Amino acid sequence: MEKILALTSNQIMFIIFSAVIVMFSILTVTTRRILRAATYLLFVLVSTSGIYFMLQYQFLAAVQLTLYAGGIVVLIIFSILLTSHINQKFEAVSWKTIAFGTIASILGIVVCITSILQFQFKASTLAIQEINMKIIGRSLLNYGENGFVLPFEVISILLLAAMIAAIIIAKKVKDTKI
Amino acid sequence: MIAGIPLEYFLIVSTIMFFVGIYGFITRKNLITILMSIELILNSVNINFVAFNKYLYPDNLHGHFFTLFIIAVAASEAAVAIAIIINIYRHYSSIDVENVEKMKY
Repeated sequence: MEKILALTSNQIMFIIFSAVIVMFSILTVTTRRILRAATYLLFVLVSTSGIYFMLQYQFLAAVQLTLYAGGIVVLIIFSILLTSHINQKFEAVSWKTIAFGTIASILGIVVCITSILQFQFKASTLAIQEINMKIIGRSLLNYGENGFVLPFEVISILLLAAMIAAIIIAKKVKDTKI
Repeated sequence: MIAGIPLEYFLIVSTIMFFVGIYGFITRKNLITILMSIELILNSVNINFVAFNKYLYPDNLHGHFFTLFIIAVAASEAAVAIAIIINIYRHYSSIDVENVEKMKY
């Protein structure tokens, strides 16, 4: 009895998360107020981290919460406040654009979902790799098998380059005409 | 794997999210909302990676680490894109894609 209850609670959680993701991602791209779009995006990202928690990748879920929901959304909201009025409403998109966009995305969804449902995925029965901070740190700096030291170094250089580039691009240009 | 939830459900959710992002990319005109659509697309790819890792290859962590790297790339991309957007706003007083006709100044 208890087992059946546990299963259904898992499924209920998944249904809630996926409903929030689908609903709010549609609202993100259709709302006409830009600050609301950013808020809906925040809901989508938080429920994505809920899905990571369900799959028992706690570290990844924490990274998703802090970096996406905490970092990127705040950055986007700041740039919205810098570049547009809070109550600014977009003018309505022309029906042609909406029609073509809807047709393109629905066609894509249909094609992808039919091909997904036709393929038989065989869930692996191998033992689940235990995951904790020690294993994550060891494999990020490991250059042997199952090591990720090369992408780790590349990503660190990329982050440094992006930081310098963002500062240089956004800094105030001095008036040199005088 | 999670009992009672097949892998296909995760893939269907992430497919819908991906194409909603594509729809936003096509229909939006404001640069910041286009950036939001790109975040949606990247996020759906992350869900795919994690679900495949958990269901098909639970004995190692490749999908997990690639999701970490994708999140890092998305963060740096957002930082540079917002710097560019603010710079464009300084020059054109608007961030609609239609008003920005030349990127060079």
